[in-house]
Amino acid sequence: MSDKKNEIDDVSGTETTGHEWDGIKELNTPLPRWWIGIFYACIVWAIGYWIVMPAWPTLNGYTHGWFNHSQRDDVMAQVGLLKAARASKERELSNATLAQIQSNPELLQFAQAEGKSAFGDNCAPCHGSGGQGAHGYPNLNDDVWLWGGSLADIQHTITVGVRSTAAETRQSQMPSFGRDAMLKPAQVDDLTEYVVHLSGRPANGAAVTRATKLFADNCAMCHGPEGKGNRTMGAPNLTDNDWLYGPRREDIHDQIWNGHGGVMPTWGGRLTPETIKALAVYVHGLGGGE
Amino acid sequence: MQVQTETPWRLDHIIIPLILFLGFCAGMAEWARSPDWRMVVQGWTFAGCMAVIGAWYMWMYSGRVPDDESGPYCDTVVKAGVVAAMFWGIAGMLVGVIIALQLSFPNLFYFPDLAWTNFGRLRPLHTSAVIFAFGGNVLIATSFYVVQRTCKARLWGGSLPWFVFWGYNTFILLAGTGYLLGITQAREYAEPEWYADIWLTIVWVCYLLTFLGAIMKRKEPHIYVANWFYLAFIVTIAVLHIVNNLAMPVSLLGSKSYSLFSGVQDALIQWWYGHNAVGFFLTAGFLGIVYYFIPKRAQRPVYSYRLSIIHFWSLIFIYIWAGPHHLLFTALPEWVQTLGMTFSIILWMPSWGGMINGLMTLSGAWDKLRTDPVLRMLVVSVAFYGMATFEGPVMSIKTVNALSHYTNWTIGHVHSGALGWVGYVSFGAIYCLVPWLWKKKLYSNALVEWHFWISTLGIVLYITSMWVAGIMQGLMWRAYNDYGFLEYSFVEVVQAMHPYYIIRAIGGAMYLAGTLVMAFNLWRTVSNGAPEISLPKDMIAEPAQ
Amino acid sequence: MIHGWLERNSILLLIGILLVVAVGGAVEITPLFWVNGTVEHINGMRPYTPLELEGRNIYTREGCYLCHSQQIRTLRDEVERYGHYSLAAESEYDHPFQWGSERTGPDLARVGAKYSDEWHRAHLADPRSVVPESIMPPYKFLAETPLDYRDIRAILEANSDVGVPYSKDQIAHAKEDLEAQGDPNAEGVGAFQKRYPKAQARDFDGNPNQITEADALIAYLQMLGTLVDFKTYQADAPENRR
Ligand code: HEC
Ligand code: HEC
Ligand code: HEC
Ligand code: HEM
Ligand code: HEM
Ligand SMILES: [Ca+2]
Ligand SMILES: [Ca+2]
Ligand SMILES: [Cu+2]
Repeated sequence: MSDKKNEIDDVSGTETTGHEWDGIKELNTPLPRWWIGIFYACIVWAIGYWIVMPAWPTLNGYTHGWFNHSQRDDVMAQVGLLKAARASKERELSNATLAQIQSNPELLQFAQAEGKSAFGDNCAPCHGSGGQGAHGYPNLNDDVWLWGGSLADIQHTITVGVRSTAAETRQSQMPSFGRDAMLKPAQVDDLTEYVVHLSGRPANGAAVTRATKLFADNCAMCHGPEGKGNRTMGAPNLTDNDWLYGPRREDIHDQIWNGHGGVMPTWGGRLTPETIKALAVYVHGLGGGE
Repeated sequence: MQVQTETPWRLDHIIIPLILFLGFCAGMAEWARSPDWRMVVQGWTFAGCMAVIGAWYMWMYSGRVPDDESGPYCDTVVKAGVVAAMFWGIAGMLVGVIIALQLSFPNLFYFPDLAWTNFGRLRPLHTSAVIFAFGGNVLIATSFYVVQRTCKARLWGGSLPWFVFWGYNTFILLAGTGYLLGITQAREYAEPEWYADIWLTIVWVCYLLTFLGAIMKRKEPHIYVANWFYLAFIVTIAVLHIVNNLAMPVSLLGSKSYSLFSGVQDALIQWWYGHNAVGFFLTAGFLGIVYYFIPKRAQRPVYSYRLSIIHFWSLIFIYIWAGPHHLLFTALPEWVQTLGMTFSIILWMPSWGGMINGLMTLSGAWDKLRTDPVLRMLVVSVAFYGMATFEGPVMSIKTVNALSHYTNWTIGHVHSGALGWVGYVSFGAIYCLVPWLWKKKLYSNALVEWHFWISTLGIVLYITSMWVAGIMQGLMWRAYNDYGFLEYSFVEVVQAMHPYYIIRAIGGAMYLAGTLVMAFNLWRTVSNGAPEISLPKDMIAEPAQ
Repeated sequence: MIHGWLERNSILLLIGILLVVAVGGAVEITPLFWVNGTVEHINGMRPYTPLELEGRNIYTREGCYLCHSQQIRTLRDEVERYGHYSLAAESEYDHPFQWGSERTGPDLARVGAKYSDEWHRAHLADPRSVVPESIMPPYKFLAETPLDYRDIRAILEANSDVGVPYSKDQIAHAKEDLEAQGDPNAEGVGAFQKRYPKAQARDFDGNPNQITEADALIAYLQMLGTLVDFKTYQADAPENRR
């Protein structure tokens, strides 16, 4: 500062800088020591960090630091450790039969824990967080199965999916009888009554009679002569009053008219075989496993 | 005085109408020619703004000497800035409350048929309205006020300050209506599209010119520290804005553009910008307010000139490096992450330098906090600043960020800075400015007390709920069950947030309520407050130029 | 004292500020354009197809990035939940990047092929119809709005101007390719798939008569994270450690 003696602030006893802007003056208080101390300490810590870790760019690369650290290596190592910790149980699980799993409470719990975990983020968006299903997405808690409820069936369904992009997907397609004019509108109406009748509900008797042959000719090849369904084709049982697309006449009519076929994605490429097995055990254990 | 400023022809009276005219033509051209209906609406909006401003300009400058050119300082434009800030502040906070409610009660606050009400369109409206519209108008108004007082000089450029004010608010309007239409560059805090960015660049250069011009004309030998901060804010924002918005428009008649950079480079440039929007817009600019309004209101000298110097230069130097803390553990190369993290830690003390200077200026005047709620608001804002700038470096530590990133903890951090620091320092400055500018006594001190306590409670609810929610979210995402599998699915965590979202909405609504109380108080002050008879001596303006 | 100069000369102060704030950005950002290995060399990345690019425009327009990240960090739980950590190369054609900063909704970096088109349709139109716990907004209008792709060629050109390696052929056939991808029965599907290997062509929105905004958005969602061939990616090669 200049030589001239500056005014002293009476409250603090500190010298001012002698400037004034719109009535504002400044004190010439020295830097707080703790402040500058922590500031230097942070810098020193940072320098230390730069020495050990990747930090500064160079002409064609960067300084790798003493540790030559890589967070990509880190995460792979951590995932590896976790997998190793689970490995023996996973192996046990993938070799075990249903009976073996069910008789080994520890293994069963392990499988259920893994299955529940994978279910929440992958399956629940379609099948509901409790596996209860939704319109077009089957309920996995009950003993009604489109493609079979044994552990192996379920495992296979999850692996390849249904009408999915996998080459070996479970495949079958109910025709759009109405939309593609394979049947006349009146015939579709009659078949609707027939299906209602199949599920044991009161229906228009004349229509049911008229549709009996229609059903045998068009539907029985998939849903079976008695409408009990066919699991090799994923054709649902029409007599159990449990519906994928809803119980109302318009739902049934809509299905015969349009022939929806839901898509279940394939998980073979996304999840490991062990996880899929665990999922199958979990789904099997939801209540309807065979 | 009048004679001096009135020259037969003035450059600003040619250039500004010319810009307005060209802007009008550009807007009309888009309106008439663009095949993109969104751009048509924007063109119409822009041309309309240009026409209104042009008409206003002609009315204001034809055949009379406006107040701003006859009085000692341009103060009417400051008044306009204060009014605009209050307007946008309330609008932005209202949208904040709405989006908070959307996350709490999706069935009530989403309207499937009204695309423009969706969260993704309203959220940028909120952030831009509070940061750029509210914060920006506060910064323009206070910087104009402060630079004139501390330089004893009028703003440079004749009517240019008015162009800055109108031009900036046109940018806001264009940006905000654009978001609702679905126009966005999808870069956080830089969402406006290429044409709005170009317009802002023009306005911003004019802002720099009026401000720097006032400093160059100053009657004081030294430039006051508040003006260092304002200047750093203005020039750095210009650099950040230009680089981050470099983009290739699909067509000059369409709204859409593609950024010049991609992927990892684009990410770092965006967060270099985003972090320094915090550092220079939300920090350096508002520190300018602290350095004028706290000593002024407390009537005490600034605590330490040396601290001002050291913390100013270290702050602006170090801030720029800290951007990568927004990209920790991502595909950004690790060496850059290291730099981002370490510089964020080093940034702690330079940030606190401002807090120390603000708080310690009160020494000898602490008792005023009991009686003067406005001073209290200013001081509490500095305390929140200290808190946010402590929390920030903590969140930059990689192990902490591993937990906090992507969670509501960030939202809590943002709003402790935004509501506590940016909001309060702005409110404090406006409570000072309105009586000074309109020369009226503040209508009610009791209402300021109400504002202070309602909003403080609101902030507490907001930030504590978001901290709890954020930490819980982070912990739930990484929780493992006994067998080594993830414990919670994503939607279970979404469900767990529900009560905290509601508490946040309540806190935000209280904060908004406080702002409404303030607006009422100010309106009464201006419309029928008692005239301020005796201004303190040092507040009586000395003639400039 | 040096500071006296700066305090007395506004232009010096201005230049001082500019110099001081230039350093950090220069040191951190510029090397990313030339340091080797910043972007990994991998197999499988291709530019977006015209329909996917339109879908991406809708993704940005609706502000999905404000709730969804597209960046799986190198953390154990993220890799377990969402899949392999994201590579820089996976967003090398993203103008702008969409890594996001919030995870109000789940990460979408690898959501491609995870769900069916039908599920996306239902979910976008009314998220709570399939996921009752969801807080995501409804986007019912997407399936009702025909896609405006009049300027698709100009869009590809603009992307090409900023460095996306679209071939002349791809630019010239932008419109046909867009239509072919949204309609599996169109003639051009074969040519389209030659120009964009492995791209999926089908009727994404369940309405074969029209290409809607939902077609585009679902086409984009269904390809996210499906390009890189992780079987040939060498995670521990020195240049990929970074
Ligand atoms: C995109 C939605 C979707 C997702 C995600 C999904 N599924 Fe499915 N799933 C379906 C549909 C649709 C069906 C019925 C297919 C049909 O109609 O034949 C189905 C069928 C099944 C079946 C056969 C049911 C039966 O009655 O035979 C099982 C088992 C199953 N899913 C399990 C799972 C599991 C486990 C997951 C998670 C890994 C999963 N699903 C994810 C849509 C989905
Ligand atoms: C080529 C095989 C096939 C033929 C032929 C066929 N179906 Fe189906 N049907 C299916 C399949 C597969 C499903 C299940 C679709 C799904 O899983 O998404 C189904 C589902 C249904 C459903 C819905 C069941 C529910 O749970 O909601 C009804 C009703 C039905 N079929 C009736 C008929 C009638 C009536 C006919 C004859 C006119 C017929 N189907 C012919 C394969 C067939
Ligand atoms: C308000 C926040 C919000 C916005 C905006 C939003 N989402 Fe979501 N999104 C969610 C939430 C929460 C979930 C998880 C619950 C669910 O599946 O609905 C989700 C789930 C999803 C999923 C399923 C992801 C998975 O792996 O299960 C997809 C796909 C998706 N969103 C796409 C989008 C698209 C596309 C947009 C924009 C058009 C969008 N989201 C906008 C909140 C949001
Ligand atoms: C020393 C000072 C500060 C540091 C080191 C710092 C650091 C951080 C960090 C680490 C994040 C989280 C990034 C992420 O995980 O995504 C963040 C976010 C944020 N901070 Fe700060 N912060 C500081 C001060 C402030 C202040 C004073 C404000 C004022 C309002 C502020 C506003 C924000 C905003 C708006 C975001 C959200 C960015 C986004 O959209 O993701 N910060 N900050
Ligand atoms: C009435 C008071 C306010 C309420 C209710 C409110 C509410 C919200 C909500 C709900 C979000 C979205 C959070 C999310 O995506 O999860 C948000 C984001 C944000 N708000 Fe506010 N807000 C308020 C005031 C403010 C103010 C005054 C500012 C700035 C000065 C501000 C700055 C921001 C910023 C920067 C973000 C983005 C944060 C990020 O991306 O990380 N808000 N706000
Ligand atoms: Ca922009
Ligand atoms: Ca954000
Ligand atoms: Cu930051």
